[in-house]
This record gives sequence, structure tokens and C-alpha cells, in this order.
Amino acid sequence: MRATLGAGFTDVRVLMSHAMETGQRKDASGKVIPLHFIQNVTAKLNGKTVIEGEVSQAVSRNPVFSFRLKGGQKGDKLELSWLDNTGVTNKTDGTIA
Amino acid sequence: MQMNRRKALATAAAFGALLVAGLLRPVAAFAAWNKGAFGAKSAGDALKGLGVANAEPSAAIVIEAPQIAENGAVVPIEVMSNIPGTTALAVLIEKNPFPLAGRFEFMEGALPFVKLNVKMGETSDVRVIATAGGKHFVATKEVKVTIGGCGG
Repeated sequence: MRATLGAGFTDVRVLMSHAMETGQRKDASGKVIPLHFIQNVTAKLNGKTVIEGEVSQAVSRNPVFSFRLKGGQKGDKLELSWLDNTGVTNKTDGTIA
Repeated sequence: MQMNRRKALATAAAFGALLVAGLLRPVAAFAAWNKGAFGAKSAGDALKGLGVANAEPSAAIVIEAPQIAENGAVVPIEVMSNIPGTTALAVLIEKNPFPLAGRFEFMEGALPFVKLNVKMGETSDVRVIATAGGKHFVATKEVKVTIGGCGG
């Protein structure tokens, strides 16, 4: 995650490692690769939820999201978490630089 | 003794069930995924699933996307709303098998802006719905795709 103070807002960029399978691709043996994708994305600033996103399998592999926060300050804590359709969840912490 | 053992076993089983329930709890920390809207196969049905009706066209919604995307697997789309009080943005790729690609809610502290990469199966309109003060606004932009990004 990268979070930098910009002109009047904080620019947050986060990469999530995920296959984001559409359920439409087939493997070498012709078997359909099952749907596997991130469904929920949440951003928290100093522990307070600021963005709640729901996404579909149409989001590209290894998703990169950019958000903008207002009123952020250097050293503020950010937390980005996601949940996929198989119940797997992950979290990245960062600090505004 | 026998009764005590049974009681202990029952307690352990109940505790186990609680633990399982506890383990499942992180899921509840996320908002429920809108299965109806995301499972819709047409943009119209997806909008119904989102409860969006009579969206008013607005030039205050800015969509930054390539006119021509050479690789449909990664199409960068940047969306911003200049409508005061915007609380949510939804991105729909009209001709994708499931048009709704994402919906974002912005609370106090966030600007109504999001940039993400999406897959596009073919040339399509990208439709963005902004919600502000209980009203819905819409803007569209066409992205031409030379190689689709959904199939194998």
C-alpha cells in the first residue's frame, strides 16, 4: 500500500494479490476453473471505515485500487482489507507518508 | 460420574459450536455482497438489483478510461463525482456477461473517487452511477476493446 498526501487529499493506492478467476476460463485439460474472486473491500482511516466496496469477478487479476481521502495527515494509520467468495480474507496496513 | 462426563461433553460440543461461529464472524465484518445485482446478466437488471431507477444524466461524473483498450484483461477505469454529497459510485460494463463490476460507498473522510482495473469481454459502454442525497445520476463512456479479457 502507498498513501501520500496530495493537493487537498490523500492518494491511497493498494495492490491485492488475487487470481480473480471469472469462472469462464478453462485449464489445459479443458476443465472450467471455478469462480474465485474478491467480493468485499474495506478501507479504514485510523480505525474508522471510510470506504466500503463490493466488486465482481470483472476486476482484473491482482487488483490495484486507488482511493482519495480528505483530511488525512502524515502518520495516520490506514487499513485495507478484503474478503473473497471462498471466505478468505486479508489485510494490509499502511501509514500516510 | 457418567452424568458429569456427558455434561462435560455437551459443554465441549456447545463451546466448539461457538468457536466455529466465532471463526465465521470476520465475514460479518464486511457488508453483505449484493448477489442479486452482481449476478444480473443485463445492466438493467443490475440497476434494479441496486435499487437505481430514473438516473439523471450528469456531466459532473468524470470517467477516465482509454478510448481503445488493447488488452481487455486490464482496462484502467478512473471514476470521480463532482456532485455534492455523493455517497456511492457504481461501475457497470454493459456488455460484460455480468455487467456490474463494482460499487463503492464513501463515508465521511473519503472523496467520491475510485480507480480500478477491470476485464472487458468486448467493446462496451462503461456506465457509472453516482448516488447523492438519495438521487441517482449517470454518465457513460465507450471503451473499444481489441482483445477481450474474459475467456481463456
